[in-house]
Amino acid sequence: MDLALVVAFQVIYSIALLVLISAGLAVVFGMMRVINLAHGEFMMVGGYATIVAVGAGVNIYVAMLIVAPLTVGILGLVIERLVIRFLYGRLVDTMLATWGLSLLLIGLATLIFGNTTTGISVPIEGFPIGAYQVNGYNLFVIVVTAVMVVAIYAVLSGTRWGLIARGTMQRSDMASALGYSPDRIYMLTFFAGSALTGLAGGVLAPLVGLVPTSGTQYIAKAFITVISGGASVIAGLLSSATLFGLVSQIFTFSVNSMVGEIALLIAAVILLRLLPQGITGRFFRGSM
Amino acid sequence: MTIDRRTFLAAGSATMLGSLAMPAIVGRALAADTLKIGSLLDTSGIFDAYGKPMDMALQLAVDQINAGGGLNGQQVEIVSYDTQSDMALYTQYAQKLVRQDKVDVVHGGILSASREAIRQTLHKANILYFYNVLYEGGVCDRNICIDGVTPAQQVEVLMPAAIKKWGKKIYILAADYNYGQITARWMKKYGEDAGGEVIQTDFFPLDVSDFGATIAKIQTAAPDIVVCALVGGPHMSFFRQWAAAGMKSKIPMASTTLGVGNEHKVLTAEEGNGIVVAYNYSPELDSPVNAAFLKAWGDKFGDTSLIHEIAVSHYQGLLLWAQAVKNAGSAERMKVIEAIEGGLSIDGPAGKVSVDPKTHHAILDVHLMEFENQTMKVLESFSQRQPVDTQAVCDLVANPDDNQQYEIKI
Repeated sequence: MDLALVVAFQVIYSIALLVLISAGLAVVFGMMRVINLAHGEFMMVGGYATIVAVGAGVNIYVAMLIVAPLTVGILGLVIERLVIRFLYGRLVDTMLATWGLSLLLIGLATLIFGNTTTGISVPIEGFPIGAYQVNGYNLFVIVVTAVMVVAIYAVLSGTRWGLIARGTMQRSDMASALGYSPDRIYMLTFFAGSALTGLAGGVLAPLVGLVPTSGTQYIAKAFITVISGGASVIAGLLSSATLFGLVSQIFTFSVNSMVGEIALLIAAVILLRLLPQGITGRFFRGSM
Repeated sequence: MTIDRRTFLAAGSATMLGSLAMPAIVGRALAADTLKIGSLLDTSGIFDAYGKPMDMALQLAVDQINAGGGLNGQQVEIVSYDTQSDMALYTQYAQKLVRQDKVDVVHGGILSASREAIRQTLHKANILYFYNVLYEGGVCDRNICIDGVTPAQQVEVLMPAAIKKWGKKIYILAADYNYGQITARWMKKYGEDAGGEVIQTDFFPLDVSDFGATIAKIQTAAPDIVVCALVGGPHMSFFRQWAAAGMKSKIPMASTTLGVGNEHKVLTAEEGNGIVVAYNYSPELDSPVNAAFLKAWGDKFGDTSLIHEIAVSHYQGLLLWAQAVKNAGSAERMKVIEAIEGGLSIDGPAGKVSVDPKTHHAILDVHLMEFENQTMKVLESFSQRQPVDTQAVCDLVANPDDNQQYEIKI
């Protein structure tokens, strides 16, 4: 019974983790169709921003939840102005440009922080579920992710800005005719996407040993989750993360973590063979 | 005398040629008097945390050799290439050391993959090779000398100590490549020899960084000890997540890899304290040679906190080669090999290191240590451990032409 609870907790955590690392990409790629291959490096920058801020005496929660998203958001803003805005609608060119960008960011991080593993301690104590001891920070990750998803939903569906952003992504010419500058809306959306990525990097910083190349371990999973999710940002993200989190954890518990990873990839291949448009191309159509 | 254009040109070019030729002649004359050490280390790229201190150890050793009058009256110079954590560059630079620089010996290589990339090149070219890093054991080649700790030397000390201290039920976690696989087998063997029982062994690919399920599985199995041979940055997360789940005070842990790249200084004191390891070196070792080594390092580089297990192992490898050249009275390859096989030994910062003639591996001291506030506190010292794993498969006295890496069956 206790074990079942622990497994359930772990499954929910791994779903939350997938949602967290993919949310920024879902906005940037899902909404704007910009393939940001530097997504993982944005997370890495968020992680370093957190560690530097904590080192400078900032409260760890402020560092993770405010400093990291702001730093990466501003980085995204600068990059959007300097590079991405010239490449909207040119899928392959953005891929090349952002790939170069990811190499540049890895190089810069290596130059500044060196090629060693750095990290900070987890600020939350573990707690018991029956006879088991579980990681209290995992619960924090779940809560942060839930709040983040609700916030994205509220902004996109409840605010005027969300409406304009969605409208612009569908028909930028119409938005323009109605007096909104698509250029500015793209810029702000890219900022928001980058900030979400920074949040993920910040929240994960205490859990992993951070190296300048840390980003590469997230990028594949983030893309798989977003592409399998399909056109709808939130429904897609939640449905594909739930599927993959469930599959990988079941196999991790019953066999081992390598089989868990393999199972995730096989599930993604089968899913995309059956539903090339992603989950929300068939189910939950028209949802957000 | 009037200088016309022709005489000016003739005189000028003669002077020019003369001055160009001079350094070349001098250079060649000098080269004959110096011994060349070829060095291949990753001083940039993802393995530079290992390679940079090793390169510093090399410079320190060569400075000390030269300050002491060189070897048999000859000064020593370093020809070094940065292999940039790129295995392809190892083969390329090894060729260069062989053909162009014509070095007398090569010291270097960090990962086992890099060693295997250059070992055959150097073997064919008849250039002696020193590999000075902790590794999985089993290399049998008369052209190589290895002074790093092998699993048997470490695990033979670690497992009985952990079992005696904490109990019999063992859970093993290891990296999923040859080092981890082989080390896990040795853990099982020495664990069972000491009366323990391995209840589960899990292997992890090098990029796994989420250990939540593993931590739950370990609790289900309820072992007395967790022993790990995890490698690299992503695997560091295990120790963080373990501490974060509050498991550190519940199940004790031992490791064969944590600390080699100074990981105990990356983990916080709370995350690291109490983890037991076994290595050849700790900066805390109390001996006059170690004190002198720390002082010399501090005088040359300032910061002694960069020193780690394999930097010292590299330093000792250089001392071994230097001693062999002295004993042989020459740097000529066959004479040095005979010196290596003729009871070679030195007194290094980590104690006495001697070479086993049958395997060309080192016999050295192993210290059982515990992490305490980001340092390694020595609990117990085991003097002069034999490389029994490699000895089980390799006998260069009987088969001097052997040239392969054995996968040791246990």
